[in-house]
This record gives sequence, structure tokens and C-alpha cells, in this order.
Amino acid sequence: MKEVRIHGRGGQGGVTSAELVATAAIAEGKYAQAFPSFGPERRGAPVAAFIRVSDKQIRTREKVYHPDIVMVLDPSLPRLVKVAEGIKDDGIVILNTELTADQVRETFGINSRLAMVDATKIALEELGLPITNTTMLGALLKATGIVGKDALFEALEKRFGRLAEKNKAALERAYNETVIA
Amino acid sequence: MSKRVGIEVSIAIAEAVGLARAEVIPAYPITPQTHIVEHLSEMVANAELDAEFVPVESEHAAMSCCCGSSAAGARTFTSSSAQGLSLMSEVLYIASTMRLPMVMVVANRAMSAPISIWNDHQDIMIQRDTGWIQTFAENGQEAVDLTLHAFRVSEDRNVSLPIMVNIDGFTLSHVIEPIELPDQEDVDRFLPPFKPRYKLDPRRPITMGPVGIPEVYTEAKVAHDMAMKKAKRYILKAWNEFEEIFGRKYNPIESYRTEDAEVLLVTMGSISETAMTAVDTMRDAGQKVGLLRIRLWRPFPGQEFRRAVGKTKILAVIDRCLPPGALCGPVGAELRSLFYKIPGSPKIFSFVAGLGGRDVTVERFEEIVDKARAFAKKRPRELYEVIGVREK
Amino acid sequence: MANSDAIVGWKTITFGCHILEPGNAANFRTGDWRSQRPVVDKEKCIKCGMCWVFCPDMAYNQDEEGYFVVDLEYCKGCGICAHECPKDAITMVPEEG
Repeated sequence: MKEVRIHGRGGQGGVTSAELVATAAIAEGKYAQAFPSFGPERRGAPVAAFIRVSDKQIRTREKVYHPDIVMVLDPSLPRLVKVAEGIKDDGIVILNTELTADQVRETFGINSRLAMVDATKIALEELGLPITNTTMLGALLKATGIVGKDALFEALEKRFGRLAEKNKAALERAYNETVIA
Repeated sequence: MSKRVGIEVSIAIAEAVGLARAEVIPAYPITPQTHIVEHLSEMVANAELDAEFVPVESEHAAMSCCCGSSAAGARTFTSSSAQGLSLMSEVLYIASTMRLPMVMVVANRAMSAPISIWNDHQDIMIQRDTGWIQTFAENGQEAVDLTLHAFRVSEDRNVSLPIMVNIDGFTLSHVIEPIELPDQEDVDRFLPPFKPRYKLDPRRPITMGPVGIPEVYTEAKVAHDMAMKKAKRYILKAWNEFEEIFGRKYNPIESYRTEDAEVLLVTMGSISETAMTAVDTMRDAGQKVGLLRIRLWRPFPGQEFRRAVGKTKILAVIDRCLPPGALCGPVGAELRSLFYKIPGSPKIFSFVAGLGGRDVTVERFEEIVDKARAFAKKRPRELYEVIGVREK
Repeated sequence: MANSDAIVGWKTITFGCHILEPGNAANFRTGDWRSQRPVVDKEKCIKCGMCWVFCPDMAYNQDEEGYFVVDLEYCKGCGICAHECPKDAITMVPEEG
């Protein structure tokens, strides 16, 4: 079982990206859960969402305390939130950042493996909006292969209809531009 | 063919209510029930469901409207949580003793104060004695299946009682997970049209809800109590029929790895899934621990529970409700009554955990089992213990 | 369960405590005691029906000529009809004995 914690700000679509991954994994015949950090969310406030994907039935309702994967949608969040808290030893942190791996380690004190992409830039160029939730899914695919690209694209099409194409393009670019260190 | 989809549990419940062809849905939104009724109102607005959605002015009105609709012979559904459920309270008693079939999904939530929108079972335990049949779902699939089952049982002319299906707020209601949504043909086969024993009909007038003077009130309440007890048979029958059509089997009490168990955890609702994982972990470590999950809470299946306990000597009962000033939580009290002075009965220890959205983790279950073992050797001073509470 | 003589057991009580016989309130002669009763002066009566409207026990019925006549089986003698009559055609007179 793989456990994912997504950090974003209210309104950035973290819950939607969790939903997309879970529905894609379920469509592939796997078991999955996606759920928000429950509570009254305010636009702009740091929020979290969670995903579990497994080949077997998932029998837990705990929150995710020890993620295999952490995905951070907003470049400013690692300053405010301990994004790597509780991460497994072989876990990976996927960041939306302009910084290099060395700068990330130095600035935020993250020791885990890293996957980095400037998702804000890609989202602005491909979608015209600094909303990075679907763009960051490209980095998630590249870094983890938690779900297949076809299934994820199908989930995107179902969720976004005619807007899916742009999101797919952004996702594809992020996939290609993600650096793993 | 049923289809397996990744779907939010609340949306799946609304779809199940649609498959059940509910006819009247009076509802008032409250977190965390909101997505259920929002989706139903969309389904009605989009003409996907041929029903009356009544946007009432309060939960009190919602339940009153449900009584009217059921009395008029319509298949009736509503949903609520916490303070909203409490606002329905007086009408809940009216619906049940008047034997009005209807289904309510309760997205369980803590009672304020302090204000909490998060999950525990305090809201439903207040309504424990309303005379409604009450079931608890462990996961999204069960939430859907128990909703369909509830219509079948509630409207069974041998039962004719309202039913609450309890789902944990947020921990179930807001989770996206794989669910088999049954197809319409199978649901229609399982759920024939609602034919009430009596209904309000101007062509054949009757009076519902008259005064019950002291000479008849006791008899009316005993008749209700007897109807609840008799209902168990039809609840089980409907679960058997459900299995025949949909292939999923449900029991009033579910046992998990209880063979040779020295300690049995007792849970209700979605923490049961985490509890199963905890049992697996403890079994792997060589501990003889099992789990009993209560699915049917009212009428309480005492016989089935005693059978499920078997020869186990220690029960660790988890209540998600802390009634201040009581001897222990309601589930603990129920089981102590069940085993009182029965020779060879187990030692029962009552724990309170998971209040107001606090997670009950695998580690917590391990702690509970350790404490129960210790209490079996040295009797605790109190009849219950609150797990994970900070003193300072 | 308006009938206090109805001694029923839990097995025989009606389903949901419903009253299955429609209009059985008519069986209860609620007017068997009163201290005064209404008397209508047909000379003054204009058949407006205000007595019929206001009677809380629905004791007034209209006869073939269109007058409103009180049914003393149900009249409790409250005097509301006399109070409301716009022509003062109704007088409350003491019951004897």
C-alpha cells in the first residue's frame, strides 16, 4: 500500500488531485481512498488531502501519518508547514519549486528524496492560471508511478470535460520537466 | 451488471436512494451530511429522480414532513447529523410508535459545545431510545447496501418501523473509495413498491396520532417494543435476500479472528476497519486478540452477541460517546446488562475513544487491549477509561 | 384512543395506535351536561350561519328551511353562538333540573 499526503492551500485543488488519483487507481482495478483533512477550509489556508492506493482491500480509517509520498502544490508552503513530517525513510517529497535540490535541502531541511518541478510556471503557460493541482500530477506520475497515465487521463476527462486537454498538456510537460534528486 | 466505481461515499448513498426510487425527500443541510442531500436535490432537479425534494426550514420540519409523507404512503428518505438530528428528536418518537416506515442516513457527528463538526457517536446515542431500528456501516459499500436494506426492512409490513443508517461523518461521508453500485433491475427485484398497512387516504379516512390516555399508553409502547423485537427476524431475512441478489453477506454481529481469542475488541462503525488492521498486527505479534463489530444496534442482537463471544474471557468495549455522570458509555452498559450474572460470562471493560474527530489508530487499539488485560488482573477503580486524554 | 372504556392489550391495540373507524367522534355524546342552552329566535335570524361557523363543537346543522339548528346531543352550552350572532337572535337560557 502506498500512502500520499498532499499539501496545498485552500482553493488550489489538492482534494481534486487526490480524487483524480484515487478514481484512476480504482478504474485500474486497484483499491484506493482519497479524503480531505476534515474541517472548515478557508481559501488560502494550508490544507492537506490524503490518498491510499493498494492492490488489496484497504482496512484503515486513520489519517496518513507516515506517508510514502508527499506532494506540495504551493512553493511557499514548506516555509510554514513541516511537509516531510512522518515521511517513511524511503519516502519522496514532490515539490512545486524553482529551487535546486541543494537549495531545497538547505532552505527547508528536507532530507528525503526529492522530485522537483516549476509547476506554477507550467500552469501559467499551459492553463493561464497558477493552479497547480493537475500539473503536479505529472510530477507524481514521473516520481512514483502510483497510477497509470492512461487511467489518470481518463479521470481528468471525466472530471474536466473540454478543459481536460489543457490540463493533460500541463501534466505531460510537468512529467517531462520533473527532476528527481 | 453492477458497476465498480471510485466515488465519494455521500454521493454513492444518494445514488442508492435514487436506485431505491425514493418518492419524497424532506431535508435540511448540515455538515457532514450535506453532500448526500445536495446530490439528491441535484438528481431531482435534473429529473434523474422522480421525487419531491422538500427544502424545509429546519430539521424539526424535515422529520415532521417525513411523517406526513410516509403516512400518505410515499417512500421517504432524509438525512441529518448532530444538532440537526437533535432538533428532530421529539418527532423521531412520533414516527416510530406510529409505525411510519422511512429511512434516515445519519452522518454521525459530535454534539456541541464546544462546537465540533467532526465524527463520534454522541449524536446517535441521544436517539438510542427513539424506537428506530439502527444499523452502523463500516465502509462505503456497507453504507450503500445498508441504505437499500433499510428501505426493504422499514417497509416490510411485518416491521413497519423507521430506520437510521449510521455512517461516520467525514471518515466515511467524505471519502472517495471503490463501491459497487448495483443496477436498477436488481434493486427493483430486492425492493418492491411501498405498500403500507395503513395510509392517509380521503376515500378511506382513518386517524393517525391520537391521544393515548393512561389506560392505553403502556399498551401502545409495549406493542412498539414487541414490534422492534420481532423486527430482528425480518432484518436478518432481508440480509439473506440481499446476499442472494447482490452477493454480499451481512450479519448483525460480525466476528473477526475470534478463534481462541483471549481478548475481544468490540467496535461500531468505521473504526472497525482500523480495528481489523490492529487485530492483524497483534496476531502477527502472537497475541490472541479478535474483534466483534456491532452492525445492528437496535434492536440489540443479544443472542447473536453472546454466541459470537463464545468462551472469550475479556471484552474491551469501545464507546465513541462520553455521557457525563453515567457509569460508562452506552455500548459498555448494554453489554454489561447482557452478561449480568450469566455464569462464565466475560469480564467487560469499557473504553471511550475517538471523540469529536480524534483518530483511533492501530496503536490506540493496542493500548486498549493492554489495558483490558491489566484490568482483568487488577480491577480498575472506574467502570470506564477515556483513551488518549491529556491531563495537563 | 378517545374511548376511555376501551380496555385493550398490547396485542389487540390498533396498529400504530391508529383510529381506523372514521368520524367516530360522533359516537361520543359530548352534550350530556350543560348549565345553559341556546334558543334561536327565528323572527330575528337571517340564516347567516355565524353560529355554525363559530360553534367549537360543530353542534349546529342547517335545516330544510335554511335555519341553523343546534343539536343538543353535542352542545356544551358555551354561548359562543349567542355572543357572535350579529342579530342577537340567540339567547342562552338556563337548563332545568
